[in-house]
Amino acid sequence: MYAYDELDRTLINERVSEFRDQVKRRLSGELTEEEFKMLRLQNGVYLQLHAYMFRVAIPYGTLSSKQLRRLAHVARRYDRGYGHFTTRQNIQFNWIKLAELPDALAELAEVGIHAMQTSGNNMRNVTSDQWAGVAPGEVEDPRIWSEILRQHTTLHPEFSFLPRKFKIAITASEHDRAAIKIHDIGLRLHKNADGETGFEVLVGGGLGRTPFIAKTIKPFVAGRDILSYVEAILRVYNQYGRRDNIYKARIKILVHELGIEKFAKEVDEEWKQMDGGGLTLDHSVIDEVRARFSYPAYEKLPHMPDELKQAAHDPLFERWRKNSVAPHKVQGYSIVTLSLKPVGGPPGDATADQMDAIADLADKYSFGEIRVGHEQNLALPHVAKRNLPQLWKALDRLGLATPNVNLVTDIIACPGLDYCSLANARSIPIAQELTRRFANHDTAEMIGRLHINISGCINACGHHHVGHIGILGVEKNGEEFYQITIGGRADENAQMGALIGPAVPYAEVADVIEDIVEAYLALRDRPEELFVDTVKRLGVEPFKERVYATR
Amino acid sequence: MTSPLEQKKIKITGPSVVTGNRTWDGAVVYRTAKQGWSTALSDAAIVSTSDDARALLAESVADDVGAVGAYIAPVELREGGMVKPGNLREHIRSKGLTIDLLPA
Repeated sequence: MYAYDELDRTLINERVSEFRDQVKRRLSGELTEEEFKMLRLQNGVYLQLHAYMFRVAIPYGTLSSKQLRRLAHVARRYDRGYGHFTTRQNIQFNWIKLAELPDALAELAEVGIHAMQTSGNNMRNVTSDQWAGVAPGEVEDPRIWSEILRQHTTLHPEFSFLPRKFKIAITASEHDRAAIKIHDIGLRLHKNADGETGFEVLVGGGLGRTPFIAKTIKPFVAGRDILSYVEAILRVYNQYGRRDNIYKARIKILVHELGIEKFAKEVDEEWKQMDGGGLTLDHSVIDEVRARFSYPAYEKLPHMPDELKQAAHDPLFERWRKNSVAPHKVQGYSIVTLSLKPVGGPPGDATADQMDAIADLADKYSFGEIRVGHEQNLALPHVAKRNLPQLWKALDRLGLATPNVNLVTDIIACPGLDYCSLANARSIPIAQELTRRFANHDTAEMIGRLHINISGCINACGHHHVGHIGILGVEKNGEEFYQITIGGRADENAQMGALIGPAVPYAEVADVIEDIVEAYLALRDRPEELFVDTVKRLGVEPFKERVYATR
Repeated sequence: MTSPLEQKKIKITGPSVVTGNRTWDGAVVYRTAKQGWSTALSDAAIVSTSDDARALLAESVADDVGAVGAYIAPVELREGGMVKPGNLREHIRSKGLTIDLLPA
């Protein structure tokens, strides 16, 4: 966990006071909606179909049990008793009242949580691997660098009025769980030939109506130079970004139009001119941030405790363990993913009661720490293996032990037309129907790793472009239709999926996905060949043929 | 269901109302004939021509302390004077979520 200092606490509290005054002036009519809109957006407040939506940041996906309990309290006291975890390590409340928002923010500020820059054309929540600091083989805890970037970019005037929103993600593992290649800037921590820690810097990734995979702009930037290099990128973007056209304003368009070589040259020239610009990080600064992250006092534990050996006789426990429990960097411990994708449930939603219970379990089994992943699941990052059987029983009682992590029912979905004012079609009921169709765990395991991502509009909050199967809601003559893509992925081999054919109506989506999965099962050359690999080997045609032959 | 926020021109092809969200709490509201706002669609002022719609919208937008994000939305008039939302988006705004919040 990162411990906020007095400066952080003051900043957050002052922000609450400022927003309280802005809300007061808005409600009295002193501020018009036009004047107020940017102010509310900079505090994570959107206007959606039914109400205001309040987006709260969970920097690099790390929460304490105290913070999660406070989120539960906000859900219960100010909303309708639940929250929605998003694809960018935020939580959203869907029914918040503007008049009560300052009080909710003040209560969150008491535990070091805020909503600054969760919307607007500024630097958004810096995201990272939800297994940061505990994943085996990690170069270094990427949250240290996420925090340095968070501090530098929070309320930074140069980054507060960018041409468009700006998102950074950081990973330090070979397997990318942070989806860095679909971010404006993706940072991959690694060591160079001299053993020095630094970053591969990628730029220009993003989804939305013009999707691009990020390109490497520099294979290695030393850690001490990362702030100045990121700032050089942002300066070039600030100078040349298309403020005249919202659809062309993201950095990905600039990188695409200039070409990565020319863009890199511009950044290098800016970087040279800056000559560090006072942003070179000396070791003491990095060490100071590092020191504010506390790590558990792990016990020396056996690799295979007796409790685990005994529990292994229970097939239901074993199924869950094999699916949801991952190796930890410390012997005797595990990382446990908590599926927020129960059969028939809205993906990523958690009730206030579940949040409270998870906080209790985190205290009991995970040193009081919880993580939030971009796949809209939670994780307990430090669970002693001997406690896994007890934890599983508790999670099962709470409906949080569905053994479907990374399987066909572990669906990423945006709120869609049920909530969102931008959506053209519903996402959640499609996801719910699919989880019912594939509810049988034997079938889901037999299918293997398969990510279905659903977005209710082209803005792609459900990351449909990079789903192994992507589903995009569109509107045709007032009716909901869905375009289906296959072969996308968001990991270190990220790529966009390919469209299989004409959009299908709402009522046929689940049938089409079943057809695609059945085609895959018939076409894969061995049970271990993943869906995406079969698509890569064979292309779209055999799937297209299967789906449209009878339609 | 194209979002009205993305609509550049709004064609009035049938009976319509002006709707928005109440400023203090965000609740869905409809502009009434008495220049106020109501949470009941049945209280909404119904317009049938582009000129009337534009006038009702202009008056509604001017009252942004009462409600925000005002726009013109289609409705259906049923027998007996009953007013129904004219598309799925407005149906969801009027009637609420189409989903189960808890696993079924």
